[in-house]
Amino acid sequence: MPPKTMFEKIWDSHVVSAEPGKPTVLYVDLHLVHEVTSAQAFDGLRMAGRKVRRTDLTVATVDHNVPTWDRALPVTDEISKKQLDAMKRNAEEFGITFFDIRSAQQGIVHVIGPELGYTQPGKLIVCGDSHTSTHGAFGAFAMPIGTTQVEHVLATQCLVQSGIKSMEIRVNDRLPRGVTAKDLILGIIGQIGVDGGIGYVVEYTGEAVRSLSMAGRITVCNMSIEAGARAGMIAPDETTFEYLRGRPQVPQGKDYDAIVQQWRQLPSDPGATYDKVVEIDANALAPFVTWGTNPGMVASVVDKVPDPASFATDTERAATERALKYMGLEPNIPIQEIKLDRVFIGSCTNSRIEDLRAAAEIVKGRKAHPDIYAMVVPGSTTVKREAEEEGLDVIFKEAGFDWREAGCSMCLGMNPDILQPGERCASTSNRNFEGRQGPGGRTHLVSPQMAAAAAIAGHFVDIRDWE
Amino acid sequence: MEPFVKVTGIVAPLDRVNVDTDQIIPALYLKRIEKTGFGEFLFNAWRKLPDGSPNPDFELNNPAYNGSTILVTRRNFGSGSSREHAVWALHDYGFRTVIAPSFANIFHKNCFENGLAPVILPEDVIADIMAKAKAANGYKLTVDLEAQEIYDEQGLSVSFVVHAEPEVNEFRRYCLLNGLDEIGLTLQIEDKIAAYEASRWGKSFTPARNAPLEARP
Ligand code: SF4
Repeated sequence: MPPKTMFEKIWDSHVVSAEPGKPTVLYVDLHLVHEVTSAQAFDGLRMAGRKVRRTDLTVATVDHNVPTWDRALPVTDEISKKQLDAMKRNAEEFGITFFDIRSAQQGIVHVIGPELGYTQPGKLIVCGDSHTSTHGAFGAFAMPIGTTQVEHVLATQCLVQSGIKSMEIRVNDRLPRGVTAKDLILGIIGQIGVDGGIGYVVEYTGEAVRSLSMAGRITVCNMSIEAGARAGMIAPDETTFEYLRGRPQVPQGKDYDAIVQQWRQLPSDPGATYDKVVEIDANALAPFVTWGTNPGMVASVVDKVPDPASFATDTERAATERALKYMGLEPNIPIQEIKLDRVFIGSCTNSRIEDLRAAAEIVKGRKAHPDIYAMVVPGSTTVKREAEEEGLDVIFKEAGFDWREAGCSMCLGMNPDILQPGERCASTSNRNFEGRQGPGGRTHLVSPQMAAAAAIAGHFVDIRDWE
Repeated sequence: MEPFVKVTGIVAPLDRVNVDTDQIIPALYLKRIEKTGFGEFLFNAWRKLPDGSPNPDFELNNPAYNGSTILVTRRNFGSGSSREHAVWALHDYGFRTVIAPSFANIFHKNCFENGLAPVILPEDVIADIMAKAKAANGYKLTVDLEAQEIYDEQGLSVSFVVHAEPEVNEFRRYCLLNGLDEIGLTLQIEDKIAAYEASRWGKSFTPARNAPLEARP
C-alpha cells in the first residue's frame, strides 16, 4: 500500500459513497451545534418532517450569545434570548444532548468538545462555526460548515465534500523561552499570509509542534482558519492520549488502552507526500502582536509598527494605510509604546485552564494598570470551576481583573461585552477584523501571557524581560 | 421538501422586470430564527403604505388574487442579494410556482432547494398570461411538471422548462417531482449510509442513548 497522510487515512475511513464525477459523501462522527447557526437548520428539518439521524453523535451548547455576568440574571437582549430559547427548544424536540446556560459543562463549543472527551483522534467532526479547525489538534479531521450543511448533517449524518489538498507545515527546533503556541501560529500566519492556506488542510509537524501541550496544539489548530485553511491537524501521540485518558466521553480502563492502539495507526506514514510543504524555524519566532486589521498583520513585540511606504506593491501600501488609520496608529512607533484601554483573556483560542494559569502567573501579586479594564472569561463552566479550585479567580480579582462566566463574550461582541468606538484592546482571541469586538473597537491579538503583562503595564511589554 | 407535481390555481400578476430580492423581502425582516413566517413581509415596501396600511394600488392586494398559488412576472426575477429568504417568503405566502421569461442565478438555484417551481416561458406567452391574469376575474392556470405543460380553460397549452439547459432541466425536474433537495439526494443513498454504519457498529446497530446530564451545582 502506498504511504498515506493522516488526512488521507481519516478521509478514506469515512467514505460512504464515492462515484466518479460526483462529490464524495463522508460520514460524520461528531456534530457540534450552537445557537447562532442552527435555528434555521432545525426549522428546515421540521418543515420537511425529518429527524436528526444520530442524536447520539450530535451535541449542542450555547456560547456565542450568552451573557457572562451572573447566570441567575435573565438575558436582556431580545435577539440573543430568542436564539438561546430556540436552541433549547430544538435540542429538546429533536432529542440531542444539550449543555444549556445553567449546565455545569456549558462552554464555548470548541472548548467543551476536547474537555469532555467528545473530540478524539481519527474522528470526522463538523460544526457550524469557522473555528471548528480547533479539534484537529487531536488528530481529527474537523471542518466548519454553513447552516444549509448543518441541516444536511442533522438529517443524514453525512457531509458532501469534494477533494481537499494537503499542506505540511513543519516547525523545526523548539520554541524559545517566552514564545508560546499563540506566537507560533501568529508567526505562521504572518509568514504564509491570511490566504496562504486556502483550499488546504494543514498538518503541523516538527519538533516544536510535538513538544507543545494539548492546550498549545489546540491554539495552533484553532487559528488555521485565519490562514485560510479548511482545517488544521496534529498527529496524536502520548501527549494526546494522556490528555484524553479518563475524560467523560472516552472509553474507560482497558477499552481506553484498546482504542489508543487504534489511534496509534493514525499518524502519516513515512514517505507520505503533501501537495505543499512549508518550513518554519522556531528559533526565529518571538512574542508577536498584531498591529492591523487581519491576523496576518503581525510584528514581533520588539519591532515597530510598519511604515506603509516600506511595502512593495500599491495594494499592500493601501491596505496598510487603511489598517493603521482604523487602528489609530502612526507608522514606526515601537509596539511596546502602544497604550491600551482594555485587556480580554478568553475565546476558543486561549481560554483553557492552561491559558488562565499562564496568565495568572504573570498577574500574581500585582495590580492592573489604573487605565486598564481587564476581563477574564473562562472558555467553559468546567474551566471556571477548575480555576476557582486552584484560586486563580482570587489572583485575578485581587489584581483588579473582572472574573466572568463562560462564553465567547468579547471575542465577537454578540453579547453585551463589547469595546467602545476607538477603544484599544489586547486580546487573546483570534480575529482583529474591523469592529470584531464592537463597532470602532481596535484589537491587538496576543498570547495570554502577553495580554496579562500588558494589563499590568498599561502597554505591550516583552514577556521575555518580565521578572 | 414538498414535491411539486401539478398545481392548478389563481394567477397573480406582477408586471415588472428585474424584481430584486430586496423588494421580495427587505433586509429589515431577515432577523428571524425560522425559515417560516417571512410571507407576512413579502413585497413589504410595495404592499404597504408608509403608515402600514395596505397599498390599494399594489396588484397582490386586490382581493381577486386571494389564495393565488401562481405568480406571473417579467424577466430577471429575483436579482440582487443572494438571500434564500426571498424564496422562503414567496413559498410561505402561498406561491408554489413563479412564471417568468428568466430568473436571476442564485434565486433560481434557491427555488430548487425549497420546492418552488421556476417556470420559464417565452415573452409572448408571458404577455398573454399576464393580460388574462390582470383581468382579475379568477383566471386559473395548471402547471403540470410531469408533462412539462402549462394550460388554461381558454385553450392555452404550451410546454415549458424549469432550466434552460436540457440536462440540468431533466435533473432539476426530477428533484422537484420527487421533493428532493440536497438532503433528499443524500437520503437516496440511505442503503449506503446504513451499510457504512453497520460496518462501523455492527449489523443490529441502533444509535446509543444520550447519557443524562449533570446539572449545575
Ligand atoms: S470564542 Fe470567538 S472564535 Fe471562538 S467560537 Fe466563540 S465567537 Fe467564534
